[in-house]
Amino acid sequence: MNVPRPVRIASGQGFWGDDPEAPVRQVEGGPIDYLMLDYLAEVTMSIMQKQRSRDPAAGYARDFVPLMERIFPTCVEGGVRVVTNAGGVNPVGCAEALVEAGRRAGVAGRAKVGLVTGDDLMGRLDELLAAGHELANMETGEPLSTIREAVQSANAYIGAAPIVKALGLGADVVVTGRSTDTALTYGPLIHEFGWRAEDHDLIAAGVVAGHINECGAQCTGGNCLIDWWEIPELATVGFPIVEVNPDGTFIVTKHPGSGGRVTRASVTEQIVYEMGDPKTYITPDVIADFASIHLEDLGDDRVRVHGVKGSARTDFLKVSIAYAAGWKATGTLTYSWPDAAAKAQTAAHILKTRLDRLGHRFDEIRVELVGWDSTHGPLVGEPPADLPEVQLRVGVRSGDRAAVERFTREIAPLVLTGPPSVTGFAGGRPRAQEIMAYWPALLRREAVEAHLQVEVREV
Amino acid sequence: MTRVQLVHLAHARSGDKGDTANVGLIAYDSAHFDLLREQVTPEAVKAHFGAMVSGPVERFELPNLGALNFLLHGALGGGGTMSLMNDAQGKVFSTALLRMEVDVADDIAAAVAGRGRVPAGWSPKDGGTS
Repeated sequence: MNVPRPVRIASGQGFWGDDPEAPVRQVEGGPIDYLMLDYLAEVTMSIMQKQRSRDPAAGYARDFVPLMERIFPTCVEGGVRVVTNAGGVNPVGCAEALVEAGRRAGVAGRAKVGLVTGDDLMGRLDELLAAGHELANMETGEPLSTIREAVQSANAYIGAAPIVKALGLGADVVVTGRSTDTALTYGPLIHEFGWRAEDHDLIAAGVVAGHINECGAQCTGGNCLIDWWEIPELATVGFPIVEVNPDGTFIVTKHPGSGGRVTRASVTEQIVYEMGDPKTYITPDVIADFASIHLEDLGDDRVRVHGVKGSARTDFLKVSIAYAAGWKATGTLTYSWPDAAAKAQTAAHILKTRLDRLGHRFDEIRVELVGWDSTHGPLVGEPPADLPEVQLRVGVRSGDRAAVERFTREIAPLVLTGPPSVTGFAGGRPRAQEIMAYWPALLRREAVEAHLQVEVREV
Repeated sequence: MTRVQLVHLAHARSGDKGDTANVGLIAYDSAHFDLLREQVTPEAVKAHFGAMVSGPVERFELPNLGALNFLLHGALGGGGTMSLMNDAQGKVFSTALLRMEVDVADDIAAAVAGRGRVPAGWSPKDGGTS
C-alpha cells in the first residue's frame, strides 16, 4: 500500500516582531516540510512604505534576512521549503538580500529563491482610477478620490497562484509582498496535492489550516484564556504545525517536548480570532465556511480538523491602502494613594484647559486611567478612593501637527504645576506620530492578476 | 435561578478589523451553548457595552464549536493607528464581555462557581514552570 504521508507545514512567525527564535525551533525541533512566516498586518505595509521612502533598499521585514542566513543550510539539507510575505513593499530588495545571505550561509549553487511581484498598486493607482476602478472604502463607501493625495501605499491581497508557480519552478524559498496570510499555508498544499480551483472544500480546508497557523503560538497556548495558569512551559512554547492529508483533513500539533498546549479549546480560540461572518470567510481563492469546521481532540497535543466546506471565489481581490491622516501622541503620568484617581482626573482637566487656552484644536482628546478603566471602560464604574495608584493616559489626535507637538510639551509641566503625588515621567516627552489610516477596498481580480510575476533566482 | 457572570460559563478571544472589534465566545461545556445562545443576544451585548460600542452589534453562530461570534461596530475609536485607546486593537473586549451576567438554574450556578478564575491557593510561581 502506498499511503501518501501528510504534508507538514510549520508556522514560524505570527507577525513582524514575533519570537525571533521560533523559526529556528521549528526547523531544528523535528521533521517538517514547509516553514511559513507571516510578517504582515493591516498597518505593517504603511510602516514599510515609510521606511522605504527614507531608504530605497528598505521596505521589507529585515529580520527575515539574518534569520535565513542562520537556518538556510538546515533548510536546504533537510528539504524544508520556506514561504513568506516578508517582502512587504519591496520584495525585490528582500529577495536580493536573501540571495546574498544564502551565499554567506554557504548554500550557493544549492538553493533557489522565488520572487513574487505585482501586488503593489501604488504606481498604478491613477491608471486604475482612470479605468473606472473606484477603490471605494469597503466600510464607508467613500470614493478613493477623497484621500488620493494622502495615499502612502496600496497593495492587493494576492492568492496562492504565484506561490504555487514558484514552488513548481523549484524555489526553496518563496518571497512575496502582500500575499494573503492564509495563502502562505494553502499555497504549498495546492502545489503538493494538485488541488484544482474548483476543489472548493479542499482549498477551504487549506484556508482553515492557514488561519490556525497564521498567528503563531496563539493556537498552541499563547494568549490562551482557558485555564491559562496551567499551560506548561510557555517560555519554550511550541509554534503550530499542521499535518495535512490530500483529502483536506489535518492535524494541528507542535514539536514533541516544546512548551504550550494544543487542545480543542486552544484551537477554537484561534479559529474565532479576527472572525467576521464565519460562513463567508473570503480569500482570493475560495470562500471558506468556518461554521462547518469539526474538531476532534486526539490527546497528546494533537487536534484533528475535518468537515470543512467551501464555495467559489469572488471576482474581486481586497486591496489594502494606507493614507496619512493627521497626527497623534499619548502621554502618561502616575498618581498614588490617597485619592489617586481624583488626582489623575484633575490633572487631565487642567491639561485640557491649558490646551484650549493656547487655542489648539483636536479631533479627539481621550483620557484613560490605566489600572482602572483603560480596558473595560465604563463597565467598571467609578474608581474607589483607596485605589493604591493609577496611571493617567491622555491621547490626542489632530490634523494640525503643531497642536500635537504642543501637547507633547504639556505633560511634564503637570508634575510641578498640577495635583500632588505624581511620578513616572522618567521616559521623557511623548513623541508625535503620523497616523497611517487603513482604507480597505475591492478591485476586480483581472486588474491585478495580469500584472503578477514570478521569477526564480539562483543563490 | 441565579445570576452568573459569563466568565464562569465561557472563554473568549477578541481582535479587530478596522473600527470593529470581534469577540468569539466559547462555551466551556457544550451543554451550556443553548443558554448562551438564548441570553447572549446581539441586543443584550449591545446593552452590556453601552457607550463603549457606538454602532450595531451582529452575532454569528458556530454550533460545531460551541461558539458565538460578535461583531461590535464602532468600538475602537476609529481603529488601527487612528485610535487613541489603550486597547486600540480590541484585544481585551473578550474579557469585557465575560463581565456580562446571565440567568442559570441553581444547580448549574453551583457547578460552575469558580470556573474561569485562578484556583484558590495557586501562586504565579507555580505557573507553567513545573
